[in-house]
Parts: sequence; C-alpha cells; structure tokens
Amino acid sequence: MAMSPALSTAAKSAPARWQDFVQLLKPRVMSLVVFTGLTGLVCAGHAVNPILGAVAILCIAVGAGASASLNMWYDADIDARMRRTRGRPVPAGRVQGADALALGIVLSIFSVMLMGMALNWLAAGLLAFTIFFYAVVYTIWLKRSTAQNIVIGGLAGALPPVIGWAAASGTAPLNAWLLCSIIFMWTPPHFWALSLYTSEDYEKAGVPMMPVIAGAASTRRQILIYSLLFTPLCLAPAFTGLGGPIYLAVAGLGGLVFVLLAARLARSRAGEAGGQRNDDGLYDVRAGAKDARNLFAFSILYLTLLFATLLGEHLMGVAPLNLLSELLR
Amino acid sequence: MSDPAHESETEQKARRGRNIALALGLILFVILIFVVTIVRLGGNVATNVL
Repeated sequence: MAMSPALSTAAKSAPARWQDFVQLLKPRVMSLVVFTGLTGLVCAGHAVNPILGAVAILCIAVGAGASASLNMWYDADIDARMRRTRGRPVPAGRVQGADALALGIVLSIFSVMLMGMALNWLAAGLLAFTIFFYAVVYTIWLKRSTAQNIVIGGLAGALPPVIGWAAASGTAPLNAWLLCSIIFMWTPPHFWALSLYTSEDYEKAGVPMMPVIAGAASTRRQILIYSLLFTPLCLAPAFTGLGGPIYLAVAGLGGLVFVLLAARLARSRAGEAGGQRNDDGLYDVRAGAKDARNLFAFSILYLTLLFATLLGEHLMGVAPLNLLSELLR
Repeated sequence: MSDPAHESETEQKARRGRNIALALGLILFVILIFVVTIVRLGGNVATNVL
C-alpha cells in the first residue's frame, strides 16, 4: 500500500497519547454496534447470566473496535486525502500504521477467543467472520474496487444482532437474520445520502462511491428504490413473533417519513455540482443537499428507534405480534 | 520509536499515559478472565449432582 508523504513526516512530530488509540477503535460506531448487539441478545429470549451477557457485549464492542483499527491502518492513505478523516490518528501522524495494525490483530484475537470461551463458539465464529468481512472483504477489497462497496460491506455492520442472539441462545434463527437484514437494507440509503454531500472528498481520495461513479441523479434514484424495499422489511418483525404493537406503530409511521424524505431527495438536486459549500464540518453542506442531510439524519433516528422499541418491548414483556400465523390461520 | 532517555516532557507525559492505560487494560483483562472462570465454573458445578 502506498503511504502518502504526509504520513511519514508527520509521524515524527506528535507523540501518541492513549486517547489516540481509543480513537482508532471508532467509539461512536462502537456504541451503535453495542446497541444492536444488545438488542439481539435480549430479543433471543434466553436467560443469560448478566455477567456473561455483559462479556458478550464487550466482545462485540472490542471486535468492532478491532475492525475499525484495521480499517484505519489500511485506509490511512485515503483518510489523509479526505476532509472528514484527515484528523484521524494514523493520517495525522500521531499513531504509526504498524501500531494500528497490531492493536487490531490483538483485539480481534482477544474478542473472538473470549466470546468462544465465555459464551459459545457460534457467536465467536460469527464475530470472527464479521471482523474478517469488514477488514478484508470491505476495507481491502470492495471499498477501492466497486461502487457497491457499502452495499455488500454493509453486512459487517448488520451482523452484531445475530452475534448477540447467538451469544444468548447458541442459535441464529430467522428472526435474528431479520434484524440483520433490516440493518443491511438500511445501509445503502443511509451512506449514499451522506456521500451525496461528501462526494468531492471521495472523488479526491479515489474511492468509487456511488455518486462519484454513477452520478448524483442515479444515486438519488437508488436511494429511493432501497428505501421502498427497506421500509416494508421493517414491518416484518411484527409478522414473525419478534415485534409487538408499539414496534409496528413506530416502524410504520417512521417508514412513511423515511420514504417521504427519500422521495423529496429523489426530486431534489442534492449532490449536483454548484452551490455554496460551507466548510465548518461534516454536516454543513451545500444548500441543495439539505434533503440528503435530512434523510441521513432521520435514517440514524429511525434505526435507533426501531431497535430501541424492540429492546423496550422485550424488557417490558410486551407480547410480540405474530401477524403471519394470524393471516395463515 | 524515540529514545526514552532523550524524550521531551510532552513525549514523557504521553508515554506515561500510554503505560498507565496499558497497565489498567491488563489488570481489567485478568479480572475479567477470573470472573468469567468463576461464573462458568459455578454454573457447571451447580448442574452436577454430588
């Protein structure tokens, strides 16, 4: 991998603080993974020793952190060229690439082995697969080679609920994979909405994100198509004995808003050239890209609400709906 | 890697911080393995008929 000259010179300037190593683990992404993993663990409905349950969540979090560290090691050259990522520890020169690689490998082994010994080897195997998929299949292979990178690579971010479910029950039934498929289908509209107003960065870095390769109009159309497939899928847990009436209401109403925002985005000129750029931060965007920002922000809220509702219903003991068997009766 | 004998104050401070974080991490790791062992052992012993 070719390192940018900035990486080798900057590496001598600032000493690495422990906080830089924490930043390598992408704590914000980790928190989302912890949340979806916990939902899977609770929804499994098996009595798990609370200490072992906490260890399972810790393993999922550390595994996600390990993947992030491996990603930051490999993508340092790309990160250095992007406004959003050039302050990360490796491209900024505070942490050496080899150290990020070592941290990623050590934490991967630690999280998988501990999951296997403390919980079960199905959960450990799924965790190992997730780390491999994110670090090797997505980061090393897909990200630089295809515009479908985040569509396929999204599987890595979608697997934590299945890992949590497997950790609690030792199995990975259809409902666990349903949670996985919800996150999987959520990923393209979520990331493409973001990339519509950061496509200049991706273009500069040579990353073939959809707006760079297919153009903004095609990306907006694909976001709408994915949204139309994603939102009915979110209703499915109420048909399979996983989600209850509150979940159905949240998924239905939120889904309508999601499609509405995606339709507005499809009609907008978000991602098109021109317009005044505001360089204050990631979420300050061209005026024309406001619709993309709205969908991006709502997508995070919607996914959080879906999983929070499922979690809340299971913790409060709300009986799940099984509309599929009712319909078939 | 810089020579610890010729480090600036900032470098020494950063190194101390890293060392403390690593030490805490190792201590937590040992405690974690101990607790998991006790929980797993306890569960398995409890299922055995003496």
